[in-house]
Amino acid sequence: MTALTHLTMASALDGLAKKEFTAVELAEAHVRAVESARPFNIFITETPDAALSMAKASDERRAKGEAGPMDGLPIAVKDLFCTKGIATTAGSKILDGFTPEYESTVTSQLWRDGAVLLGKVNLDEFAMGSATITAHQGETVSPWSPGQPGQWDRKIVAGGSSGGSAAAVAARVALGATGTDTGGSIRQPAGYTGTVGIKPTYGRCSRWGIVAYASSLDQAGPMTRTVEDAAIMLRSMCGFDPKDSTSVDLPVPDFRAALTGDIRGLRVGIPKEYRVEGLSAEIDALWTQGIEWLKDAGAVPVEISLPHTKYALAAYYIIAPAEASSNLARYDGVRYGLRVEGGSLAEMYENTRGAGFGKEVRRRILVGTYVLSAGYYDAYYNKARQVRTRIKWDFDEAFKSCDVILTPTAPSTPFAIGEKMDDPVQMYLNDVFTVPINLAGLPGLSVPAGLGADGLPLGLQLIGRPFDEETLLRVGQVVEKAANVTALPNFMA
Amino acid sequence: MSLDKATVAKIAHLARIKVPDGELESLAGELSQILTFVEQLNEVDTTDVPPMTSVAAQKLRRRVDAVTDGGCTPQVLSNGPETAEGFYVVPKVIE
Repeated sequence: MTALTHLTMASALDGLAKKEFTAVELAEAHVRAVESARPFNIFITETPDAALSMAKASDERRAKGEAGPMDGLPIAVKDLFCTKGIATTAGSKILDGFTPEYESTVTSQLWRDGAVLLGKVNLDEFAMGSATITAHQGETVSPWSPGQPGQWDRKIVAGGSSGGSAAAVAARVALGATGTDTGGSIRQPAGYTGTVGIKPTYGRCSRWGIVAYASSLDQAGPMTRTVEDAAIMLRSMCGFDPKDSTSVDLPVPDFRAALTGDIRGLRVGIPKEYRVEGLSAEIDALWTQGIEWLKDAGAVPVEISLPHTKYALAAYYIIAPAEASSNLARYDGVRYGLRVEGGSLAEMYENTRGAGFGKEVRRRILVGTYVLSAGYYDAYYNKARQVRTRIKWDFDEAFKSCDVILTPTAPSTPFAIGEKMDDPVQMYLNDVFTVPINLAGLPGLSVPAGLGADGLPLGLQLIGRPFDEETLLRVGQVVEKAANVTALPNFMA
Repeated sequence: MSLDKATVAKIAHLARIKVPDGELESLAGELSQILTFVEQLNEVDTTDVPPMTSVAAQKLRRRVDAVTDGGCTPQVLSNGPETAEGFYVVPKVIE
């Protein structure tokens, strides 16, 4: 039998149903895996006691015939989701000591469906980053890094900002993990770790109880080892929530039922503007291979144009910091977290925020404050929102001639910690293929599709019409099966 | 766009973030780099293009104007760094 930590969610559910093992046994195996992966700094807070008691309750439900769709499956939760009674830090010193009195809607739905919490995992501070290196609690190392844990030859990044989630899933520490994606923070780390990540359509998953970064772009989604598992977990995470004013009141489909493998006649858009300067030859080749795989399965590739692609990053780096500067105003040393005293109220605010925010967060708050300040609002913020409209129009136009779009997930294989760190703009370029999808509010999926010459994973991204995650997952599974990536990370718990 | 130290200090004050004097210079450089990068947006013709306010194609829902929660002062205050008698405590603001 496969080790319990190497199962997919689908096979674990089968094993639980057939009583091959219990949820407690599954949880115990994963709790040990969490411990053995400590050198990678994946977890901010481990919750072994919660895991075992939730697993025990799961076994009791199953015995009574009341098992939910994810009953007994151990998962990790990005430390951006508020969890009642369990510290939630967003990777920031400013939330030191914060223990939420409430549970985020998405996690409460996962517990409703029987999932088991292993702990809260690392991220870039406030989800602002592409490498999971900016948290107050330190950087996460990818399980793909060559060398012995703790003595790596090269410390490879797990991507970001959901890098702890991606590393947990790749290292066989959790069967799945929640992520959030504001500019690529689910898809890029999935691509970098050889895992599957889907950012659903804006409005599918409730944002209530998730620490806000840029509210018009933030979406939660699952990170798993297979497309089928993503379908299972996505179903539990989605759903209308009156507590989120942008939550969309639509029925949640059985995403797993959409995985028919039949994509005959489907038109796959290939955006010519994604052949950007600096795109590595191996990624270009993988992309071409992806088109061939879909053709072999009966789909029809069509060239499309998304003319404003090159402006997406610039628009994003105005809109996201602007929203962040407003959202992060709440960290003032009064209601939660860190407080650094000062002679006056204003001084206390400034001291607290000066000491509590890391450098990247501070940089983005300052950019946001600047572009929203008197005299610059129109030139920067409004201009960026107009360009955002044009980006959305590009996709509307493209989807008249195609049903789904295929692109690479990231322009290169993952880099090593210490690289790309001097120039913030260079770091931002990691997100060149993922950011436009957030600006347009569309669903996006990253599927492992191969390895680079350096032996590190490469992903392909699929982009769908609003609320058409079903097509996305169906095509994604075709890519997954054709690619049949059998390579495994250097470290597995 | 190039920002000078004084402008960065002003923004930092608006954002209520204390920035040590020694970091203003390098921060000015980083912010200028970002602002120069985003200026490429001026190449895009946005005449008569409405600025996007929400990507979701729906109007904000209305809700019934009713009290649905409350009576949880201890929970609200439980994370406050300093609280007393049902309130948050802050430094004195009235001279």
